[in-house]
Amino acid sequence: MEGGLSFLIFFLIFASFYSLSSLGLNLQWGFTGLFNVGIVGFFAIGAYTSAILTGPPYADTLFGGFGLWFPLGFVGAMVTSGVAAFIVGFVTLRLREDFLAISTFGIAVSIQLVALNFESLTRGPNGMYSLPRPLAGYFDSSTLDNLLYLIMCLLIIAGVYWAFERMVRSPWGRVLRSIRDDEIAAAALGKNVFAVRLQSFVVGSAVMGLAGALYANFIGFISPLDFIPIFTFQVFVMLIVGGSGNNLGALLGGLVVWGLWSGSDQLIASILPPTIQTQAAAARIVLIGFVLAVMLLYRPEGILRERRIVSREARLPNRE
Amino acid sequence: MIQFVADGIVNAALIALGAIGLSMTYNILRFANFAQGEILTIGAYFTLLVLGVLGFGIGAMGPVAFGWPLLASIVVAVGTTSIIVLIVDWLLFRQLRDKNASRITFIMAAFGVSLMGRNLITLVAGGEPKYFDFYIPKTFELLPGMKVRPDDLAIVAIAVIAFIILFAFMNRTSMGRQMRAVAENPTLARINGIDVRAVIRWTWIIGASLATIAGALLAHNTQLRPEMGFDMLLPMFAALILGGANNLYGTILGAIVVGLTEALAVYVGLSGYRAAVTFLVMIAFLMVRPQGILGEKE
Repeated sequence: MEGGLSFLIFFLIFASFYSLSSLGLNLQWGFTGLFNVGIVGFFAIGAYTSAILTGPPYADTLFGGFGLWFPLGFVGAMVTSGVAAFIVGFVTLRLREDFLAISTFGIAVSIQLVALNFESLTRGPNGMYSLPRPLAGYFDSSTLDNLLYLIMCLLIIAGVYWAFERMVRSPWGRVLRSIRDDEIAAAALGKNVFAVRLQSFVVGSAVMGLAGALYANFIGFISPLDFIPIFTFQVFVMLIVGGSGNNLGALLGGLVVWGLWSGSDQLIASILPPTIQTQAAAARIVLIGFVLAVMLLYRPEGILRERRIVSREARLPNRE
Repeated sequence: MIQFVADGIVNAALIALGAIGLSMTYNILRFANFAQGEILTIGAYFTLLVLGVLGFGIGAMGPVAFGWPLLASIVVAVGTTSIIVLIVDWLLFRQLRDKNASRITFIMAAFGVSLMGRNLITLVAGGEPKYFDFYIPKTFELLPGMKVRPDDLAIVAIAVIAFIILFAFMNRTSMGRQMRAVAENPTLARINGIDVRAVIRWTWIIGASLATIAGALLAHNTQLRPEMGFDMLLPMFAALILGGANNLYGTILGAIVVGLTEALAVYVGLSGYRAAVTFLVMIAFLMVRPQGILGEKE
């Protein structure tokens, strides 16, 4: 029983990293139509920032190891990933949408190279270890420690969810959707398409960075191998499956797809001999790709459809 | 010092061969094809397969460490890779076109195809590096301070021949002109009776053919890995953007800039940051001249 519960808590903590990233992506893609191919890049920036700010000093790095209080690490993670998003967005959001996709892909590749090669900051392939876990040590049992961490993750998700719901229901949120649906019409109405897109992109990426920080401080060890393109793909599949344009769908997709993913992982590990497990892992990715293709073709709206949100003032009284 | 120029030009030849397909799908099918890298990879693995079936090794041409067996295998692989690419188009992209899907849906689908392709290759061929054949690279001094391998010269020559054929096709044949017409204005092209489906088929075939050549030559120079093409994606995109996305000559020019930049990065000791340097150059270009060197404003 204890084992099952602690597994469930562990599972939900991981699901919350994905769900939070999916929520960030929903603001960008679901509401604004911005295609971010570098989710893992922003996630990694957040993870490394928090590791540098909250982690211990290492003998072989020249910078970092400040051992700061963990909320400062989380805020720092949001700031750095937001700044990275601002730079990429500022350069590319005026151009054809492919350029944003290409540039975000580029930033993910570059971040991985920096993580791998800039050893005096990131310790390169050796990774950064012994990162402090927030809220640990209040209980004797690691299950309860994890439960506390899970509660913190859920509170953060709830906070971001609440904020995003407020944002997309506000006039600003209506501008987002109008840009997504008809950019020229939005511009013709005098909306600053570029500025609003940039705001949405930066906020979404900052949330991805926050997810990365939560991940880094929970696991306590990060290395460049943790931040590979499959992550971007997973988050995208989560959002598409859950229902892009619906914040609850983004969270649900994270839970469902992560459940399928880790469930199939357990299945592969238990029934297949170790010799063909690499192939089985590859087959699983092919399968997930297939799910995405089928969703794109036959149910692009996902499990939960986007809700129609109308301004309070425009709502007819008898429809309330 | 000028050694990096030689390395850069060989780089550029491979990047350009791969990027032409990217440029063509970008202009004719109108989306950034994130699966282009996997076309290189599949082309290389097909070449390996045909080489194994033939069983002659890779041959030799005088000082060049590959000969007709490799070239013949590449020709066969060009055919099989084109068929695979056309099947993927038929299964996925054609349906998205029929549904009038947005450009971003295409990009996302391509991103999915890229990941699936990479893992399918791992599944079938295994994840460990493979080689065409064992050979001892020879070098000679072309200019004072500039060492090259005969193979490098052959690679650049093959690329130049491929580009001459490409531009002859685009400028002299009816299909080439139709492709340019569709790139310019698809609706007008269709009204004028151009068979857009045939144009799309040729777009894929040309892109896949040049990508197969790039993949096979890259594999000869280095090794075969399921990620080999994916690692080329960023330099290829950078070449596309730098040169001017709507101009094929520009793509080649962009590839030369990217190839030289990467070689320079390696030369000054930043070999770990090759792709990141490319990315910075690309971002700088987008800031100053987003339409690229030869491109026109959209």
